[in-house]
Amino acid sequence: MNLIVVILFLAIVSLTLVITYFAAKRTQSTGDFYTAGGGLTGWQNGLAIAGDYLSAASFLGIAGAIALYGFDGFFYSIGFLIAYLVVMFLVAEPLRNLGKYTLADMINSRFDAKKVRAVAAISTITIVIFYMIAQLVGAGALIQLLFGIDYWMAVLLVGVMMTIYVLFGGMTATSWVQIIKAVLLMLGTVIIAFLVLMKFNFNIFQMFSEVKTVTSHGDAYLQPGLKYTVPLDTISLMLALVLGTAGLPHILMRFFTVKDARTARSSVVTATWVVGIFYILTIFLGFGAAAFVGESNILEANPAGNMAAPLLAEALGGDLLMSFVAAVAFATILAVVAGLVLSGASAFAHDIYGQIIKKGKASDREQMLAAKWASLGVSVFSILLSLFAQSLNVAFLVSLAFCVAASANLPVILYTIYWKRFNTSGAITAMLSGLLTAIILVSMSPNVFALDGSAIFVGDPLFPLTNPALISVPVGFLGGFLGTILSKELDPGRYAEVKVRANTGYRGN
Amino acid sequence: MPVKVESDYKKNTDFKKVENSRKFKELINQRKKFIIPLTIFFLVFYFALPIMTSYSTILNQSAIGDISWAWLFAFAQFVMTWVLCIVYVKRSAKFDKQADEIIEEEIEGER
Repeated sequence: MNLIVVILFLAIVSLTLVITYFAAKRTQSTGDFYTAGGGLTGWQNGLAIAGDYLSAASFLGIAGAIALYGFDGFFYSIGFLIAYLVVMFLVAEPLRNLGKYTLADMINSRFDAKKVRAVAAISTITIVIFYMIAQLVGAGALIQLLFGIDYWMAVLLVGVMMTIYVLFGGMTATSWVQIIKAVLLMLGTVIIAFLVLMKFNFNIFQMFSEVKTVTSHGDAYLQPGLKYTVPLDTISLMLALVLGTAGLPHILMRFFTVKDARTARSSVVTATWVVGIFYILTIFLGFGAAAFVGESNILEANPAGNMAAPLLAEALGGDLLMSFVAAVAFATILAVVAGLVLSGASAFAHDIYGQIIKKGKASDREQMLAAKWASLGVSVFSILLSLFAQSLNVAFLVSLAFCVAASANLPVILYTIYWKRFNTSGAITAMLSGLLTAIILVSMSPNVFALDGSAIFVGDPLFPLTNPALISVPVGFLGGFLGTILSKELDPGRYAEVKVRANTGYRGN
Repeated sequence: MPVKVESDYKKNTDFKKVENSRKFKELINQRKKFIIPLTIFFLVFYFALPIMTSYSTILNQSAIGDISWAWLFAFAQFVMTWVLCIVYVKRSAKFDKQADEIIEEEIEGER
């Protein structure tokens, strides 16, 4: 640990704390707490979405994957980006038009059933917990390596920080941490990419030619098929990536922080540009790390390649750039987990406590208090789980979260908006069948069972694919379809209202 | 039950009538004509990449120097995303106008 790293690190952390303090003063109502009062502008929210989305998995994971596996690492970048088209074309505007605070609100614009709300809250919480453990385990490993402190201390440090942001500043503070972090992350990435290009005389062709000579894979490094050798598994992963985003609760929640569907749309546009440019630059991060850090050094620092980007920063810009990148990585994880805590807490406090237990009659003060307790609960629970999850593969947890989001949430979102016949039973069966199929198949997959001992248990996997999306997404849609047609219930009047509101943005009665 | 009476009183918009109005039907049709083909297009374009790289090696051939067709196809996905993004925003501005007219004439005009 050197002095520059510590000073720069503390500077960025204090900056975000100051913002939280000012945001906290402006957070008074429950609406402020959950959705920043719906008062963010399009570009602010766009940057916040990008900040929420570009998690440690994107920044550290993809850079590492490209550095180690060349083209196959880039698959993640493509999937994460195209996912925004799904969000923009099918989900963002109707969701904003129908919802208030949470995904369950939006589904409940068609059905009043408490069961639907409860199931939606459960699926939200499941996704949040998986995603959160992944981020915290990643954070622990990163901070541990950068500052030389113990894993448990690292996890606790990130955990306590995120809890402070969420408890005192709610969505306003969280949004601003995400915005600042998105700007810093882009800045860091652009600087590194520029330095990498400079080393190759600003010649991209030269970069491609030289990079394949420095890895142990030779020509294969620039071709697909190095990491993903099972065709159906590749396609299944791509399916989870492209459809999962549109069902991620912390991303969906970001559409409630703007005033209307038009602002929601413009925020997706901003996010798409920022995220797109970032993912293009991951090539430079990955290739740069392969060329200037070297495969063996990357693997030595972390077998999953997660340290490729910070090591590259050190190789190109010394301690200063390295500490900047480390601080950005910390802010990245902080911003993402704070967003996750909020979406998990809102599912508990707004859906389960406010709407189901208190039947929507909780006072603003009671709701706010419940939200804060729920945030604390979600934080403590995930910190505890993360302390025991150190050995779990982070990519596995993230892909599981995406898969559950795509299988449990997306079918019900699309049916609610677009299918007239859809009903309460359909909503419940869609969510439960997607959720259960995804979890059961993963627990039988090579992530959990491997003969060579590389997974949690030693044994023959009963299900061959590492990502079950190819099966669980269709099951989610089928479950919703069968649940609907097998029940007689029908409410075309209610759908007329939902359809008119979703398409026109009309918010009055 | 006073609460019930109030909610009935407030729901004075006939959404079924709005749904069946000419303007609303036109909006829905135009939206469908715009969104469905483009969604199918980008999904097919997206899945074409992993399917082609998994089941064939056509894309492994060199396009420019050491950059193979697989990379160009991958970059094309980025270009497609940005282009569709711009197209969507432009088209949506027109939908916004139609939606405003519907709110003004079919919903609020009924009061």
